[in-house]
Amino acid sequence: MSVMKRVSLIFRAKADKALDRMEDPRETLDYSYKQQVEMLTRVRRGVADVATSRKRVELQMNSLQKEIGKRDTQARDALGKGREDLARAALQNKAQLQGQYADLETQFAALQEQEEKLTLASQRLDAKVQTFRTRKETLKATYTAAEAQTRINEAFSGISEEMGDVGLAIQRAEDKTAQMQARAGAIDELLASGALEDHVGGNQDYIQAELDKLGAGTDVDNELARMKNEIAATAPKQIEGNGAAGTGQEAAASEQQAGDGA
Amino acid sequence: MIVRILGEGQFRVDDDAAAKLTALDKDLDAAVRDGTDAAFSAALHAAVALVQASGVAVADDEFVTADYILPFSDATVDEVRKLLADGAIPGDSIGLP
Repeated sequence: MSVMKRVSLIFRAKADKALDRMEDPRETLDYSYKQQVEMLTRVRRGVADVATSRKRVELQMNSLQKEIGKRDTQARDALGKGREDLARAALQNKAQLQGQYADLETQFAALQEQEEKLTLASQRLDAKVQTFRTRKETLKATYTAAEAQTRINEAFSGISEEMGDVGLAIQRAEDKTAQMQARAGAIDELLASGALEDHVGGNQDYIQAELDKLGAGTDVDNELARMKNEIAATAPKQIEGNGAAGTGQEAAASEQQAGDGA
Repeated sequence: MIVRILGEGQFRVDDDAAAKLTALDKDLDAAVRDGTDAAFSAALHAAVALVQASGVAVADDEFVTADYILPFSDATVDEVRKLLADGAIPGDSIGLP
């Protein structure tokens, strides 16, 4: 049998099974409505979770972009200092990072698409639930009519299919988000371990270490000069500040003395 | 005829589109049976595109059941096989235990 027909029968079987077990459709209408509202909450949370994952991937892309830029600078720096071996290493590392970046880009696009679709599904279900809410009151009022029974069944099956669809969509979103979080966690670890960044946890990247050694002499001189300037700029202010406080205290003390005397 | 694309809602399609869908459904069925992901994706994308292009979205205040349900547009053979095998749909849509 055809795939599309089989899938539709699975959905219908679920609704039919529930309908068969209904004793008082009026009560079940209310209970079903409650379930629908819960499903709406779930799908909205699902949208928020996907958005969080998307933002996390975006942050990682920014971090990787910075690293890629750094490797590029290092390569130029190394070439300028005649160290082609270092430049090569930096560029090799850059290519690796670019591969990871491309992977994140794909993930980002997938999450964005999923977020859009889930948002639309949530809006669709919301509209259906609102209609169901008003319709169920009419159905309850006319429940005695045989025609009402048919309409109850229709409304039930219709909303059941929508709920099943949204339920599957949320489950997929949750699965995908979990997968991406695992991968995102791996990249976070990589970033934090110092494999990507310099000077984190004492794990210095060797390209930068070599470049630092080459430029160490001038760097130290520059740093000394900078520190001297900083000290020269802040020192007078501190002395001024202390002086002012001292004068204030003295003034207060002399006022006190004047008061005692009188 | 009413066709649902999972994750995208219901669409009303005319007889002409329905006939084309039936043909694509044979490809889907063969791909699921043989486990060929590429053929499955191609047939699924064609079916989804056909419904999106020629179908009219069913109004939100209309409660109808679909004659045909297409899997999620990015579904894999494995995923569809699993759905067809256990027939499990998450969420208690009707509220009964």
